Amino acid sequence: MTTTTAPESISASLESATIKSWKAPIAYAIFTLIAILLFVVNGRDGVSRFRLSNEADVIQLAPIDNPTRLTCILLVVLLIAITVYATWLSSRAKRVPLWLTILFAVAFMWAFLTWAAAGETIPITGLLLGTVALSAPLIFGSLGGVISERVGVVNVAIEGQLLAGAFLSAFVASVTGNPWAGLVAAMVAGVLVSFMLAVFSIRYIVDQVIVGVVLNVLVAGLTSFLYSTVLTSNTPLFNSPPRFPRISIPILSEIPILGPVLFRQTVIIYIMYIAVFVVWWGLFRTKWGLRLRAVGEHPQAADTVGIRVNPTRFWNVAIAGAIAGFGGAYFTLGSVGGFTKEMTAGAGFIALAAVIFGRWDPIRATLAALLFGFATNLQNVLGAIGSGVPSEFLLMLPYVVTIFAVAGLVGYVRGPAASGKPYIKA
Amino acid sequence: MKLELRGITKRFGSLVANDDIDLTIEPGEIHCLLGENGAGKSTLMNVLYGLYQAEEGEVLLDDVVQRFAGPGDAMRAGIGMVHQHFMLIPVFSVAENVMLGHEETGFGGRLNLDAARAKVREISARFGFHVDPDALVGDLPVGVQQRVEIIKALSRDAKVLVFDEPTAVLTPQETDELMTIMRQLKSEGTSIVFITHKLREVREVADRITVIRLGKVVGEASPTASNSELAALMVGRSVELTVQKEPAQPGPAGLIVRNLDVIDHLGLKVVNNVSFDVRAGEILAIAGVQGNGQTELTEAILGLQPRVTGEISLNGTSLTGLSVRKILNAGVGFVPEDRTEDGLVGQFTIAENLMLDRSDRPPFVKNGNLQLGFLAEFAQEKKDEFDIRCESIYSRAGQLSGGNQQKVVLARELSRDLKLFVASQPTRGIDVGSIEFVHKRMVATRDAGIPVVVVSTELDEVVALADRIAVMYRGSIVGIVPGNTPRDVLGLMMAGEVPSGVAA
Ligand SMILES: Nc1ncnc2c1ncn2[C@@H]1O[C@H](COP(=O)(O)OP(=O)(O)O)[C@@H](O)[C@H]1O
Ligand SMILES: [Mg+2]
Repeated sequence: MTTTTAPESISASLESATIKSWKAPIAYAIFTLIAILLFVVNGRDGVSRFRLSNEADVIQLAPIDNPTRLTCILLVVLLIAITVYATWLSSRAKRVPLWLTILFAVAFMWAFLTWAAAGETIPITGLLLGTVALSAPLIFGSLGGVISERVGVVNVAIEGQLLAGAFLSAFVASVTGNPWAGLVAAMVAGVLVSFMLAVFSIRYIVDQVIVGVVLNVLVAGLTSFLYSTVLTSNTPLFNSPPRFPRISIPILSEIPILGPVLFRQTVIIYIMYIAVFVVWWGLFRTKWGLRLRAVGEHPQAADTVGIRVNPTRFWNVAIAGAIAGFGGAYFTLGSVGGFTKEMTAGAGFIALAAVIFGRWDPIRATLAALLFGFATNLQNVLGAIGSGVPSEFLLMLPYVVTIFAVAGLVGYVRGPAASGKPYIKA
Repeated sequence: MKLELRGITKRFGSLVANDDIDLTIEPGEIHCLLGENGAGKSTLMNVLYGLYQAEEGEVLLDDVVQRFAGPGDAMRAGIGMVHQHFMLIPVFSVAENVMLGHEETGFGGRLNLDAARAKVREISARFGFHVDPDALVGDLPVGVQQRVEIIKALSRDAKVLVFDEPTAVLTPQETDELMTIMRQLKSEGTSIVFITHKLREVREVADRITVIRLGKVVGEASPTASNSELAALMVGRSVELTVQKEPAQPGPAGLIVRNLDVIDHLGLKVVNNVSFDVRAGEILAIAGVQGNGQTELTEAILGLQPRVTGEISLNGTSLTGLSVRKILNAGVGFVPEDRTEDGLVGQFTIAENLMLDRSDRPPFVKNGNLQLGFLAEFAQEKKDEFDIRCESIYSRAGQLSGGNQQKVVLARELSRDLKLFVASQPTRGIDVGSIEFVHKRMVATRDAGIPVVVVSTELDEVVALADRIAVMYRGSIVGIVPGNTPRDVLGLMMAGEVPSGVAA
């Protein structure tokens, strides 16, 4: 009397019931309400001009002139329509698709820009160029974060790695007069911070978050001290690093809008493009990535197939530090051109947020970092054109964008199962 | 390949988990390691597999002493293991799990997934498994996950294969299939170490039996030994394998459940249209393989599940939609399935644990103050009544053995004025002595005229306790049958079949 039980998943064969999720329609409704109040009730008159090209561009695009009030009203109508559609979808227990959220976000942002720039001109290329600049360290930092967390070590020390990278790259590049030496030094600095994180959290099993926080404070204190005692003692010698020149890539750099933004950049940014791809490919397509993820998900299982868990963690945390430290070099060799105290200003923490927002995936984390960079730069641009929007409101902007992004885009997130948990063998 | 363990001693702090153990596995035999929970069987095998380093002793393969620094070395030497807690990565596919640790790669370290898929298909075909190499392991039922573990071990050409309590998660039919697989492996020349504490299985496949108790080898037995001989060897004294109970004297229906649905966070109906009654003074056992909705059903009765529809009533008053506090106050006693997670606070003392669900009212709390004097008296009394073996009532609950922890939970729940008693896996992972005790108390509760619901995945326990048996499969009740229903019928029902003559 034998029977064969069908080898199929139990959950796959269970009847499913519908759970209605009202998250998306509620988030839309709140933002639509804000849009009505600001852009219509408190609407402004005039013409908002979006400039799409610089004088230097080969292909010139005509600027877009939006009549402020009319554009705002039309876009708000669109927002209302999207909200109604999302409500209808939810009431029938259907998922609100991602593209709808993106459409909503774009429409809201367009309405906001139109409203904010009444009677002014917004340089779209400038806005995006600044976005890439502000995002670059975030992207390197979040790549470091993704690798480290995927292998099972929570990396709160990204801030410290960026800052150490910024400091050492400025110093070494100044002394040697060679920015490439500065890049190498930045990676070394990041690795050194990582070694401390790895030794304390893996070897001595100190709580990883606490080690990370302590390292951040330590690096901030150390670099500030060395800055005021060493770097300022002879600024021309110690803190005048040569900067990387911008390199235009032929043809690609002439693509309207995207060309100037993406392909007239310093070598650091080009390395960033490669790094994002390599980390993604490595994590999901290679033996290195498979083992790394195994260790971060279920270290004991990895151990039972002969993968040495703690060395794997140690060296991958070091790699993560090298990448984050490299990002630190962007502050000194790519943009500002000299080290100043605590110049990373919390970028490491934003990078950490991008890791989680990007669901521990290098590509998504990069997109998240770009979003954070965009929000920050929008605040700068609107402040610079003097749009008449209260500056307090502008300061809120990055956070409003973040909340919307998290509420609307991120559903149930699940990190690597063993992240933050030390592996102790009996 | 001949495997020999000589004088293995392994300590965890002051606890000696393996004490000078000698064991020889001849080529091509199925060797059973029999022992109670906590006897040290898994520890011994983890030493063999290089996961633990023994303090003393050595491992020999074909009379050559081996030095295993880690499992990698053991695997290279031809030892494979199907772990008690599967060593699979839930978010990886079957092929990825099988290749992990000995990946074939192409240019730039690129994974050769096709080779791994082919390997999975080849081994599956050899044993007649149906395993999709691209399925995510976390989505597979445990029976299939176990096959993935077997494929994983075989893909490394294991000559000695260790199965650590492989049947704990299987239906009786799946267990039979596993026995067939073991015999097939044996006929191909693989030596097998089969660990279990279930006597029936031992006698069915074993060529030789070694019994371990409290970390020591206490004897060898032949597969022809009787159940009670094996049990006595395993526990160290003669044990009663059956529960002494009088026929039930059922009264009116106490707990009534009608058309109950429970929906989980993914929108799946984990409990699907379940209806049953439990009468005062009877034990209804809910049988079924782990993960067929039993957990969610008991949690729904206690008010712990958020999305429940249907009707639950106790002695005529509805419990549907009430808070856990109100349901407890209505007289529901509950032993959760995972006692260390949901049953106790490990960091609290035994005394504190004993008052945990009555911390809002006299006699334990008056005017917001704990009545410590009363608590001490109460705890001392319960310690004696329930035979909780501990240094004092102020020891931390987390330090007790599993059986004594369970007695603390039972003492707390049974010392309230109960109208219904629900126990989920009440004897999982506890020693035989405690099992006897727990079973006696459950029967006593029944005889006091209280409706009792017992959820158990162990058929032995179900048959020993139940007056009636409800079998659950994929969220539904397959049928409710009398307590004396034959095991093979129950086994079929656990696989979802409704045998003729059973009212569904
Ligand atoms: N990693 C560990 N640390 C401390 N004690 C352990 C560990 N693993 C097992 N033990 C203890 O060793 C004893 C034997 O456990 P185990 O080998 O798992 O028993 P079995 O597999 O026979 O049920 C038990 O008392 C258990 O609590
Ligand atoms: Mg065990």
